[in-house]
Amino acid sequence: MAAKQKVRVKINGQEREAEVEPRLLLVHFIREVLSLTGTHIGCDTSHCGACTVMLDGKTVKSCTMFAVQADGCEILTIEGLIQDGKLHPLQEGFKEEHGLQCGYCTPGMILSSLALLKRNPNPSEDEIRHGISGNLCRCTGYQNIVKAVQYAAAKMAQGGQR
Amino acid sequence: MIHKTSPEIGGMGHSIKRKEDLRFVQGKGNYVDDVHLPGMVYGHIVRSPYAHARIKKINIEPAMKVPGVLAVITGEDLAKAGLSWMPTLFHDKQMVLATGKVLFQAQEVAFVIAEDRYVAADAAELVEVDYEPLPVLVDPHHALDPDAPILREDREEKTNHIFHWEVGDQKATEKAIKGAAAKAEVHAFFQRCHPSPLETCGCVADFNRATGKLTVYLTSQAPHAHRTVFALVGGLPEQNIRIISPDIGGGFGNKVPVYPGYVCTVVASLQLGRPVKWIETRSENLQSTGFARDYHMTAELAADKNGKIQALRVKTLADHGAFNAAAQPSKFPAGLFSICTGSYEMPTAFCEVDGVYTNKAPGGIAYRCSFRVTEAAYLIERAMDVLAGELKMDPAELRRRNFIPADKFPYQSPLGWSYDSGNYEAAMKLALDKIGYAELRKEQEEKRKKGELMGIGISSFTEIVGAGPSHTFDILGIKMFDSCEIRIHPTGKAIARMGTKSQGQGHETTYAQIVAQELGIPASDVAIEEGDTDTAPYGLGTYASRSTPTSGAATAIAARKIRDKARKIAAFLLEVSEEDLVWEPGKFSVKGAPGKSKTIQEIAFAAYTNFPPGLEAGLEAVDYYDPPNLTFPFGTYICVVDIDKGTGEVKVRRFVAVDDCGNIINPMIVDGQIHGGLTEGLAIAFMQEISYDEIGNVQGGNFMDYLIPTAVETPNWETDKTCTPSPHHPFGAKGVGESPNVGSPAAFVNAVVDALSHLGVKHIDMPIAPWKVWNILKEKGVVG
Ligand code: FES
Ligand code: FES
Repeated sequence: MAAKQKVRVKINGQEREAEVEPRLLLVHFIREVLSLTGTHIGCDTSHCGACTVMLDGKTVKSCTMFAVQADGCEILTIEGLIQDGKLHPLQEGFKEEHGLQCGYCTPGMILSSLALLKRNPNPSEDEIRHGISGNLCRCTGYQNIVKAVQYAAAKMAQGGQR
Repeated sequence: MIHKTSPEIGGMGHSIKRKEDLRFVQGKGNYVDDVHLPGMVYGHIVRSPYAHARIKKINIEPAMKVPGVLAVITGEDLAKAGLSWMPTLFHDKQMVLATGKVLFQAQEVAFVIAEDRYVAADAAELVEVDYEPLPVLVDPHHALDPDAPILREDREEKTNHIFHWEVGDQKATEKAIKGAAAKAEVHAFFQRCHPSPLETCGCVADFNRATGKLTVYLTSQAPHAHRTVFALVGGLPEQNIRIISPDIGGGFGNKVPVYPGYVCTVVASLQLGRPVKWIETRSENLQSTGFARDYHMTAELAADKNGKIQALRVKTLADHGAFNAAAQPSKFPAGLFSICTGSYEMPTAFCEVDGVYTNKAPGGIAYRCSFRVTEAAYLIERAMDVLAGELKMDPAELRRRNFIPADKFPYQSPLGWSYDSGNYEAAMKLALDKIGYAELRKEQEEKRKKGELMGIGISSFTEIVGAGPSHTFDILGIKMFDSCEIRIHPTGKAIARMGTKSQGQGHETTYAQIVAQELGIPASDVAIEEGDTDTAPYGLGTYASRSTPTSGAATAIAARKIRDKARKIAAFLLEVSEEDLVWEPGKFSVKGAPGKSKTIQEIAFAAYTNFPPGLEAGLEAVDYYDPPNLTFPFGTYICVVDIDKGTGEVKVRRFVAVDDCGNIINPMIVDGQIHGGLTEGLAIAFMQEISYDEIGNVQGGNFMDYLIPTAVETPNWETDKTCTPSPHHPFGAKGVGESPNVGSPAAFVNAVVDALSHLGVKHIDMPIAPWKVWNILKEKGVVG
């Protein structure tokens, strides 16, 4: 076992640090060391996107990175989206448009959608479908997820929000 | 007709938003892997690299030396406690950890427990297993060859044959086929698939030595049944076992069986007196847990010259892998496969199925399917198209001529089912109109002249769901009723608990709507809890689209029992006789004096504060519902495809799904289920297969090889409904969650075959990958 190393991150606005093994995956760091279990694990080949988080403003599959590689980074997980007790328009959109069933893909799906809307605030259906194509959903058939993203895009355009 | 409640009450038919979503969109769901207990340690399974091999020796010493490793359990250790084998849910047994030999690749061989999940995985690598490879049986067609290796040495019968099952009138069927004017024959292989919900299987077992209580957090679609199995197999008193099935990240049948990993985890916790967690990786999930289908089927349809069906004969070879771990009602070795006469009226039919063992992962589970209904629907709907081709008749017209007429329900099928209700022609007509069938056929004709490939596929399926009546249906002897218990609190709010368990179906919302419908208490005031065996009433769980037909019915009946008592209290409060009261959702009023009334909330308060003399206090009821029959949802799906000649790629241009599931609780949720099921059907038709090479190496054992469609491949689904209520269900509902997965594969395949039918193509086995189509085009000289 290699010597532990210190990892310091700012996650959902909070400074956190811990000593971890260099081989610890970022997703396990987030889930088990930082106890933020909203980020899920759905595969072992980097395909499902259930583990998607934002790292310095870009989405990453947190199962494909070591925690030590995130040292000094800013991370946003699903738990950081709610502000002052108010749901983010994407969270609201998923609920309003029935964009989830079992909810397992939802956190990753929402973070990928957020990255998409940051790049492209007014995406077409096709752009949405491509934008979330790194995230697998086994329940919804994506149709209502597309609507949820459209809902959020409209709402964010109105409110100029986040 | 269902009385429509106000949106504030939110009873049946309202698309109210889901209650469970609030926690899920915040990442606050509680899935098994989120459970973290003080002192918890981790298990990791050592698996066999061989499909068939004798185990000569296992050396655990190198693994035990790794710092942090607490124990390594082998099959021999379990054998000492009589636990190296466990019963499957279907008249067979399965090794928990291998003793003597292994029978499929990825079979469980040892269980390593360590302080940390990484250390457990490291140590598992160091467990030395000495294997002596044995001849491997992969092809089920050779399972009964005289020189085939006998796989199951533990069985008295020295054969790989598991069962033969038949139903129907063989002689009459043969006679009808012999004399028929038109015949169609199709050999269809429904490939081995896997439900692969996005969350894999796993558990946390926590044995408390001080109290003797075992709590197991388990990815379970059937927590009560699992508790009983644990009690029977493990010998623990059942009151000391508590199964908690927390939020489940999709199930689709994958989480019905009891898996070796669960048993190992429990044993480890009993042994160590500490909480133990075991969570499958995706690869483990695909390679070792319950697969579905793997049916090699032949159908022969006979018809007169007008296309009227005279008989159906079906012969099937079922590959069950190394153990028959089908999870299905005990009297039905091939599940409800005998629904294979489908939506069609015919005088006679005969169906036989033989099950065999091979060196593959065990299973035969009901993947988003009411026990082999998917195979049946696919087969008959494929055969109908082949028959239409033989008769040179439009496939829609052939179906129309043979539908069981709407006035013939209840309909007794030649293979023994009593269909409750149906109006197949209405559903097909709506689908044909919606898609613009006649114009599409014209377009196809023109395209063909230009050498372009376009196809239209129809599937007019009938399902059989909601198992089931206790006279016929049980799993391990436990009858397939289901239950609901409702308690109304003094302030008029309620909590209800069921024996089922949602895995994404939205039970917290839909069950609340049933209570709202029956009692007029707003759905938002009704909390629903499932999955904790210490609190919920006993039930057989959620699969085979049985929740609404069974627990949904129990919920309505329990609510009606409460209403009966509420009537007594209202009569007392209003000082009238019970007969003088009329009910509308939410209140009782005095006949002819509508101003004189008591709301359900007022009555609830009185039930605790001011109840009539002689009546028990409180307002609660429980119901164990034993359905009188199954329910038979149906629909017509139509798919339009375009084929790229250069690549063989099939593009689904449109897909119309008309479903009839009787009265609907929440239309939004039903549509969501249809979308999801169609997407799974699309995957099966075009992408997915778990196959094996000649030495039993699993192909398709991870998400790199077992493809899940993304949003890009998935088309927009167009849905619609007809409504033919079930006559025997308390509120006229049928099950629906599985219809799209049952009905759609045939629509996709029929569309592709239709696109190529002018080239003489009659059938293509799934998954229809581009290379398969391209090879056909090359063979037919369409591409160079
Ligand atoms: S867990 Fe599947 S991509 Fe990370
Ligand atoms: S909602 Fe279940 S995987 Fe997407």
